[in-house]
Order: sequence, then structure tokens, then C-alpha cells
Amino acid sequence: MLLVQTLGKLGQTLVVLFIVSVATFGLLKLAPGDPVQIMLGSEYSQESYESLTAEMGLDRPFLAQYADWALNFVQGDWGTSFVARTDIFTYAFKEALPVTLTLASFSLVFAVLIGVPLGVLSAVKKDTAFDAGSAVFALTGTAFPSFLLGILLIWFFGVRLGWFPVMGYVSPWEDFWTGVYHMILPGLTLSTYFIAMITRLTRATLIEVLDQPYIAAARARGEPGWRVIWVHGVRNIAMPLVTILGLQLGTLLQGTVLTETVFNLPGIGQMLTSAVLGREYMVVQAGVMMTAFLFIGVNLLVDLSYPILDPRLRDRK
Amino acid sequence: MSAEATNAPAPATLPPAGPAPQAQSRKRRSIFVRRPFFTVALVIAAAYLLAAAFAPHVAPYDPVLQSMDAMMQPPSGAHPLGTDSYGQDILSRVIFGARYALVIGIFSVLIGAAGGLVIGLAAGLSGGWVEWALMRLIDSILALPSLILAVAFIAILGQGVDKVVIAVGLSMVGPFSRTVRADVMQVKVQGFVEAAHLMSIPSLQVIRRHILPNVIFPLAVQVTIRISEAILVSSSLSFLGIGVTPPTPDWGLMIAEGRDFVSFAPWMSAMPGFALALLLIALSIVGDGIREEYDPKSRRGA
Amino acid sequence: MMLQQINAEALLSVSDLTVHRGPAKILDRVSLSLAKGETLALVGESGAGKSTIATALMQLLDGAEIEGTADLQGAGDLLSLRKREMVKLRGQRLSMIFQDAGAALNPAYTVGRQLITTLRRNLGLSRSAARSRAIELFTQVGINDAEARLSAFPHQLSGGMQQRVMVAIALACNPDLLLADEPTSALDVTIQAQIIRLILQLTRERGASCIFVLHDLALASQSCDRIVVLYAGQVVESGPSEEVLKRHRHPYTRQLESCVLEIGRKDLQAPEGTVPSHDQMPAGCRFATRCPRALDRCAREAPPLTPADPARSDARDHLFACWNPE
Repeated sequence: MLLVQTLGKLGQTLVVLFIVSVATFGLLKLAPGDPVQIMLGSEYSQESYESLTAEMGLDRPFLAQYADWALNFVQGDWGTSFVARTDIFTYAFKEALPVTLTLASFSLVFAVLIGVPLGVLSAVKKDTAFDAGSAVFALTGTAFPSFLLGILLIWFFGVRLGWFPVMGYVSPWEDFWTGVYHMILPGLTLSTYFIAMITRLTRATLIEVLDQPYIAAARARGEPGWRVIWVHGVRNIAMPLVTILGLQLGTLLQGTVLTETVFNLPGIGQMLTSAVLGREYMVVQAGVMMTAFLFIGVNLLVDLSYPILDPRLRDRK
Repeated sequence: MSAEATNAPAPATLPPAGPAPQAQSRKRRSIFVRRPFFTVALVIAAAYLLAAAFAPHVAPYDPVLQSMDAMMQPPSGAHPLGTDSYGQDILSRVIFGARYALVIGIFSVLIGAAGGLVIGLAAGLSGGWVEWALMRLIDSILALPSLILAVAFIAILGQGVDKVVIAVGLSMVGPFSRTVRADVMQVKVQGFVEAAHLMSIPSLQVIRRHILPNVIFPLAVQVTIRISEAILVSSSLSFLGIGVTPPTPDWGLMIAEGRDFVSFAPWMSAMPGFALALLLIALSIVGDGIREEYDPKSRRGA
Repeated sequence: MMLQQINAEALLSVSDLTVHRGPAKILDRVSLSLAKGETLALVGESGAGKSTIATALMQLLDGAEIEGTADLQGAGDLLSLRKREMVKLRGQRLSMIFQDAGAALNPAYTVGRQLITTLRRNLGLSRSAARSRAIELFTQVGINDAEARLSAFPHQLSGGMQQRVMVAIALACNPDLLLADEPTSALDVTIQAQIIRLILQLTRERGASCIFVLHDLALASQSCDRIVVLYAGQVVESGPSEEVLKRHRHPYTRQLESCVLEIGRKDLQAPEGTVPSHDQMPAGCRFATRCPRALDRCAREAPPLTPADPARSDARDHLFACWNPE
């Protein structure tokens, strides 16, 4: 049963990927400027125009052109970026993506490590001053624009206090501690929204879970308070938490775009922005495709993780 | 892949993080008394609206008047919020910026809602493989975060206020379609539609009489809730330097311009930033209030 | 009101237990005592406060004001014990079985893990010792193929099996007092009797005392030594099972009994009429609004608990609270 479900999910995912790729390819076609004209420059004859069009396959039907492009794309042949002067695949996949992923994962770790305990505390201290304070933080945190927060953090911790570096990227995979050090401010900037969101979600779901009979039963058999909350309570909010994190991955990815610009990190965000300014549609396309792949892939993983998180789903027909 | 398609029990919806909603017995009392935060937020939002409407009368200076003698001045009597690197008065730019923020926000949400209405209605009413294909289309739109989509549209359209409105509007079609479709499905379950079919009432009439009235109201609620998202995305585009072009007094653009001077003129970013943050927080409180009052089956969480 | 004789051998003696939740008084000066090895049934319709007594004794009643005392032999007053001391008692000397075992087992962990953790934490057993003890316990509560069932998740077991697991967990550390809160109300009638018999047999073997919360007077009299009948948070009649069933004096006890006999439905909860809500509670006898034998006096004055027949030694602690008894 599970297998059939999984295959169905995979099928749906492939269809969505197909639509995204066709749309993205269409984007290139829609973009202003005739690629043949651009390549030929200002002086050209009708014959050379036609022969180059044929050579580039631009006289063929849309779907055939799409198939060519998709085949190249799958093989990692994404074209060349003139601004970055490199192969787009190397630029996007090997240089920009790791930066974005590092930033995103740091923020996610921050968000979970800070948001879950904060939410647990406000659920346990429901209707106290602490809870009210965390509600105000949660509301402000979800509505506050991240790029402004980033600038404020740079100003306060970077400029006034001088505690943290404000620009530049050091890969934590090469120099772990320096990398982490450089990631603290960008990570905080990006994760504030998620900390706030996770706090809110954890509080709301945990309050519901703590009302369940199995919590009273755990207390009744002598489990200490911390175990009741962390082992019996928090374990049962994992599913809504993972679901929301998966659905909010898009927000995380668009947050990285802004955070990268604030902190000058050479990730997908910077790649996209400079590509838009330099009218490099192939690069925009690559960025869009990678974002969609990430989002769809992670959500597929989220769906597939449900039976692990909730044993009741393992035996469903 | 879509949120509704998961076979798991739906994640618990989010009750308000703030004070619990009052008991039913107090339902009679005005929303303004029951929700003091909502009232304050509404007043703030209204103040922005007024400032935007009467910007030329309220602003002390011309927002694009450059003055080489008054560059990067800290807040003072003459310039309450200071000046920027071109000597432009930040207060005046912030006030005019409210115009751009609200106009872009409202118009792009309307575009998104109109697109969502069309796709959502089509997906909800068609059934069969058309519905399946439209649902996958919606999933595909939703697979891209709205800012990334807006960036992609800007790449095709180019920069400028009108382009930003269109790009942000198009990027919001996905979520609107999903909620419209969900509402259509609910109406369908109630049986009007089938009954009307059986009585061979023309489909367009059924849509106008039965479906639209049930879809429009929740859609209007969604529109008010999502204005803040549209404002955030549009100012993000400007912050990235690919939205509206200088010297337009746009908050995102002003924040970006101030970023390079943050070490010695932090007010350049901070002032328009706080203007934006305050509006977004106020709008999100207003949105939460409206959602909890009129949209009990909150759809935002799932 | 403390007419009830305090037994020197009492394992538990509750006196004047009163519980408020907001403006509502859920329990009103409830006193009862329980000897070692004795089984007691708390009987009444839903809302009478039966379950509240059990949860209050476990200190699991959150958000309520509790007055009175409940002395557990060798432990002191359960109601005023510090949290940390209570945690030590729970599961070890005091344990509880819940109404709906399906909801009282954590869906995220296997039933074996929930039992083994209890054994390891409360008794300090090693992993393997706890495991073999768990298998033993599962066998005792009548779970076939005990070893394999350890790795089952709660949802994979039937309602009856789930309740057997709960019984195993509750008795894992040989408690002195077991509180069984309507342990069979979520089960099929055929399995109800099995589970009750199982609980009685296992508590008897261990010499433990047991308080059953039930709403069925006949079932209570069959299974327990003594019965306490509660109405709207007050004790209206109490005594040895036979006495209460056969020679009841309170009109409410009669209604509870005749309900079962006449209609033959074991799940029937309410005799005619409803319990008055807390803001309409009469000043006198709380049952007066529904009582067929009500006198003028009943509406004004609350009747005290009085001995039913002081002359008969076997009816010593049969008490009732009524101005116009049967």
C-alpha cells in the first residue's frame, strides 16, 4: 500500500517538475531580445540569419526545442554565463548552491534549536507574562522584513560592537569555525521569521497534545515532568512541525535571496539578482529550476517522512 | 504534493498566539472592543493610508529634491528623520513611499486574486483530467516562492512600478487559486450545482448565482490578508535593486541605498525600514483579526 | 460530617475533599477510607465527580482548587505532597488505569517501550531484566505471544488488548493502590467483564487495594467490597456492596439500581432528569429537584450522612444522606 502511495506521489512530483520546466523554458522564449540577432551583431544578411536560426534549432517546433533543452539540462549542459565568465552549471550548482544551502541549513538549525524550546516554554507557561512576551515576539518576528533585520544586526553587532564579521563568505566545510562565525549574523537574520513561526506552532500544537490522555497516563506512571513534555509531548508535534517546515521551505529559499544580498554572500540569490540586471536569462532559468527542484524534493521527503514520524500511518490502507 | 493532498491527519491549525479569542457569549460586543490590538493596528494602517493619500500636503519637502548642502544629515529639527546621500529629506520620502507601497500592494493583490479566481473556478468546476492538470499547474506555481517567481517575471518584464505590480500580482496567483478551488469544492458538496444541472440551468448562471457569492467573500478576506505579503515582496524586489528604479521614493530601495552607509548613517536604512516594518506588523495584526473573525476554518496554516 | 469510622488499618483515608474549578464546586466534602486489599467502587452518573476524585488523588487535576486531605499510609497527604515526592509515588505505590486505553497510550512509541521505560525508571531494572519482566507481565494480563506484542504500536492492538497493556503498565511496579477510572467504558460488553475480572484477580494476588470508578451499580456490587454513591459532587450513600445494593436507603441509589434492572442497559447513565448546573444548585439536598420523595425540608436543609442501622454489626459503615429515606 505504502509503495503504491509513494509511487503515486513520485508520479505527481514528476508532472509538477515537467510543468515547471516547460514554463521555465517558455520564460526564455518570452524574454525580450532575439538570440540570433544578438549573436550576429548589427550587420547581417537574411541568409546568415536563417542559417544560424536553423543551426540553433530555433526553426523547429517548440516541443522539439524543449526536448533538446531538457536533455542538455539533465546532462548538466546549462550554457555559459557571460557575466560570470563560467559554465552556468559550475557557477550555479557548484558555487552558488552550496552557499545557499549552507545558509538555509544553518538558519533551519537555529530556528529549531531556538524556536522549539521557546514554544515549549510558552506552552508550559501558558497565559503568563513569558507567554505574552513570546507571543509579541512571534508576531513581530513573522512580520518584520528580514533584510531590515539584517541591516540592523550588521549595524549593532558588526559596526557598534564589532563582534561579528559583516560581509563575506567562508565555507564551513573548509574552515568550520570561521565559517560558523561568518554564518551567525546571516543565520540569525534568516531564521528570525522561522524562530517566530516555530515558536507559535510549537506552542499551539503542544498545548493540544498536553491535553491528551496519554500525557496524563505518562504522568500517572511516574514519569518526571521534563520527560512528559519532551519525550511524550514534543515527539507528537513532530509531524505538524515537519509539515510546516516543508511548506515554508519556499519562504526560507526566498529569504536566502535577500539575506545573501544583505551580507554579500555569493549564493543563488546574488546569482539571480545579477542575472536579472545583466539580462542573462539562462542563469535566471537555472536559478528558478534549482529552487523548484529543492522545494519539490524537500516536500516529497516530508510526505515520505510521515510514516516515520507517525507510526499510525504505517499501516494505513 | 499540494498541502491538501497529504494523507496525514491535517496539522493542527494555529490558534492565535495572542490572547485567546473571547467566549461566544461576548460575541455581541464590537470587534474593536474585543480586540484592542486589532483596533490599534487598524488605526495605524489607516494613518498610512491617509499619509499616502495626502502625501503632497503632509510631506515637508519634495521627496526627490536633492540638496548637496544637506547630505546624510542625522535627524534634526529641519529634517526630522535625517537626509540621505543625495540630501533628500527622508521623512518626505518615507511619506511618499507609503503611496508606492500601498498602491503596489493593493493592485498586485487584485491581479493575483483575479487570476486566482479564474484558475480556481476552472479547476474547481471542471473535474476530470482538466481539473487534475489545473491542480498540477497550481502545484507548479506553488513550487516557487513568490519572490523567486516575481524575480523571474521581472527578468522578462524589466523594472519599474507597473512591472513590479504585474510581477508581484502574477506571483500570487498560485495561493489564491488554491483557496478559490477549495471554496468551490465546498459549495459543490452542498448540492446546488448538481441540482441546477438537473434542472438544466445554464452553467454561467449557476456560477453567478451560487458559486461566486460563496467564493467572493472568502476571497475578499484573503485579499486583505495578503496585502502585507505583496508589500513585502515588492519592497524586497526594490531592495534587491531589480524593482522600482531610483529616485522613486520606495522604502525597499531606500533601505538598499542606506545599506552601504550603515556604519556612519544608520538612519538612512532604519527610518524607511521602520516605516515598512510598522506597516507590515499592523497589517498582519489586522489580517489575523479578520481571518479569525470571518474565516473560522483558517486556511493559512495548511 | 466525619461519621465514617477511621479504620486504623486504612491504606487511604480521604477526608473533606473539596474541589473547585472556577465558580463550580465539583466535589463537596467527600470522605472515604480504604483498607489494605479492599476494593471500592465510586458510582454515579457522569458529572458526579467520580473521576475527579481519582485524578485529584494522583495530583493530575490541573487548574482546580483542592481542599481537604488524603492520607496514604506511609506517604502522608497526597493532596499536599510536593511535585517531586508525588512523581516518586506515581507508578510505584499509586497507579491509574484510564477510561480509553487507546488514547492513554502514546501513539508514537511501541507498547513494549512504554512498559519497559516504566519498569526501568521506577524499579531501576537493567534493559534485559526489564524486558523479561515485561514479557512476564504481558503474559499475566493475558496477552498471547507476549514477546512479539512488545514491539506493537498501540494502534495495532484491539481495544481490549490496549486496556490489558494499560493494566500491565499500572501493575508493573506492584502498587499499593490502583485507581481504575471507568476501565471498561470504551470496550465491548463482552470484554468488559474479562477486564474487570483481570484487574480484580491481579490486584488480589498482589494484595493491592483498588478504587474503581463506575457508573453501573450492579457491576460495582458484583466486583467491589464497598460502594460509594456520589451525586453532584457529594457522597449520598456508602457502605458494603450487598448493603448498598439490597438495602439502600437513598432514593438516588434506588434510581441507579432500578434503571439498570428495568431497561437492562448497562451504559445507561442518567435516571430521569438532569443534575442541576453549579449556579442552580439547591441550598438543601442536591437531589431534591429530581427526588420523588422530596419533602419541603429537603429544599432548605442539606441532610447529613447518618448510619443506616447502627444495631446491625454487618451494616456498621452503611451511611446515607437523606431526610426521607426508604
